[in-house]
Amino acid sequence: MFKYVKQLTSLVAMVAVLFAFTTETMAAKKSKTLKNTEKKGFVRCGVSQGLPGFSNADAAGNWAGVDVDVCRAVAAAVLGDANKVKFTPLSAKERFTALTSGEIDILSRNTTWTLSRDADIGLTFVGVNFYDGQGFMVRKDSGITSTSQFKNGISACTNIGTTTELNMRDFFNSKGISYEPVAFEKADEVVAAYDSGRCDTYTTDKSGLAAQRTKMANPDDHIVLPETISKEPLGPVVRQGDAVWEDIVRWSLNVMIEAEEYGINSENADMMITSENPQIKRLVGSEGELGAALGLDNDWSLRIIKQVGNYGESYKRNIADTGILPDRGPNQIWTKGGLLYVPPAR
Amino acid sequence: MKLKKILPQLLTILFIVLIFGFFTMNAQDNMDTRGIEFGFGFLSKEASFDIQFSLIDYDGSHSYARAYLVGLLNTLLVAFIGIILATLLGIVIGVARLSPNYLIRKTASFYIEFFRNIPLLLQIFFWYYAALRALPTPEAATLLLGSSFMTIKGLFTPAPIWINFDVFFTALVIAMVLIFFFVRYSNKKQEQEGKQLPTFIISLAIFMGLPLLTFLVGVVDLSFSFPVLRQMSLSSYTFDGGMGIPPELIALTLALTLYTATFIAENVRAGIQGIGIGQKEAAASIGLKRGQVLKLVIMPQALRIIIPPTTNQYLNLTKNSSLAAAIAYPDLVLVFAGTAMMQTGKAIEIVGITMATYLTISIAISLLMNWYNQRIAIKEK
Repeated sequence: MFKYVKQLTSLVAMVAVLFAFTTETMAAKKSKTLKNTEKKGFVRCGVSQGLPGFSNADAAGNWAGVDVDVCRAVAAAVLGDANKVKFTPLSAKERFTALTSGEIDILSRNTTWTLSRDADIGLTFVGVNFYDGQGFMVRKDSGITSTSQFKNGISACTNIGTTTELNMRDFFNSKGISYEPVAFEKADEVVAAYDSGRCDTYTTDKSGLAAQRTKMANPDDHIVLPETISKEPLGPVVRQGDAVWEDIVRWSLNVMIEAEEYGINSENADMMITSENPQIKRLVGSEGELGAALGLDNDWSLRIIKQVGNYGESYKRNIADTGILPDRGPNQIWTKGGLLYVPPAR
Repeated sequence: MKLKKILPQLLTILFIVLIFGFFTMNAQDNMDTRGIEFGFGFLSKEASFDIQFSLIDYDGSHSYARAYLVGLLNTLLVAFIGIILATLLGIVIGVARLSPNYLIRKTASFYIEFFRNIPLLLQIFFWYYAALRALPTPEAATLLLGSSFMTIKGLFTPAPIWINFDVFFTALVIAMVLIFFFVRYSNKKQEQEGKQLPTFIISLAIFMGLPLLTFLVGVVDLSFSFPVLRQMSLSSYTFDGGMGIPPELIALTLALTLYTATFIAENVRAGIQGIGIGQKEAAASIGLKRGQVLKLVIMPQALRIIIPPTTNQYLNLTKNSSLAAAIAYPDLVLVFAGTAMMQTGKAIEIVGITMATYLTISIAISLLMNWYNQRIAIKEK
């Protein structure tokens, strides 16, 4: 009887050791993530729990937003269909763990790129898809029009697990103002608390403020103050240790931005195949072999542009036309005075 | 023969070690490939985030270890207040359940059935988002008890300002020690000589008298700072001075108390009903008064039935306090397993510490209650 137990134990031990080895060797191979994604047939994408313009689901469960479009672009490039994405709504607190533990493969959730996040927690930021900054929202009837009118004892609602919490402290400390931070886990809870009068101000990224304002009972009763207290470059994130997957996500985003720069959009993309401009031809895959370097076919970029559109189309569809931030501000192509400047796809 | 006995145990241990070893190796492996380092060095780093409510001196320039302590104390605070209030309310409701008065009895049963059958999280949401949100803003708040204000931003009460609080505190401790010895002395006297001293009155006199004396001598002084309304902008106000109790703490304590009290009430009822009616009648027949019957005969026996399940409720209340994260009360989970985990990315370390902490608190409560239970258990001779 005990002989069997012993055999069983050694078997378990062997399997355990074997398993430990295989996980190591698999991680060392080229893009495990790409292979897994192709096998599953969909891209696993982590998004917010509902931030209009960035990642928000409608009543039918269809996700839309500029963050969502990054994942759709990757799906179009890798799987050929922009709709083959499985979205996982995540709170600010859960997002990095979900990515490092392998529950999702791309985190596209208005996430600020900082040194400690990039270097410390096993993540890699692949680029910036929205240049943002932290701001404050107050009730219009408070008469406050600038952060210089903030007084001691102000209570500020925000999200936990964000750079916002850190910036807020830097800001109030530098101004010498005492404040009461009230930090919630979900954005909806923050808005509800601020809206009910629990807090005097609501602070987060300005794009977030503009988006949440549209959700409030009376949007016109609130204003976003003009000051920006921090730099918040938001962008998609991938796990460290899969350089090829990292490149695929980075260049899917870059293609969208560069397509706008060269005037290629979802409608004229097919005609651009015969363009005179070699850079445009490279972008739509009729010249060069850019896809091969990423382990993809040569039409990957054309599919992104046709199915998702260029960055400008995505911005217009999700952020401008919905009235969140009609003015593109820094999120304009560099040739038109904005900050969107991506390395050339060649 | 001996080997046959030991072998299964050895194999079990080996199996457990292997399983843990596998998980550790796997975690180590995956963390290595992702460039995550395991370690507790982060605890001494600057936290750089502020916490809304803290019992000890804290701001963002303190370390993560200090932030952990703030969260832990906030958890203990809500557990402590919750346990005391839930016990008091539970006893009242439990006794009311056995009241001969129809109205009182039925109200108590209704209370129990209502509050224990609604999920706790829902109750927390109700108190925080529905009940407390209906409170007025600071400028519209009415005076409570002459000096406090209940507003949407919390309860603002006068704050005590002590002079030589340590002297007062020492006097209080001395008074308690005196009472302890006095009660022992009077019990002994009763056993030996049959004389009854007015223990309660004398104890109360010592308890009140000694600390009061420190005031009269003039060493200790107490004054209050009252909350004063101050305008911050055209439409927003706040209170200066006084003591602010955040609505998050109030909502959480309220929900935990009302919920847990229902279970304690049922324990109390079961305990009292578990004592045979003959005990009461026998006690009355030897001439004990009603109060004495309850104090000397019923309660000592009922407590043996009440304590063990009530320990479970204390543990539940403490663990349930982690639902605080839902309403922004900065407890251990929100501060440490929330913000600190996010800022450092040390998920495994922080979740490990948090789990170990809750385990320690729970075991401490269990040990304390087991010790008390053993003290009051029947001593077989």
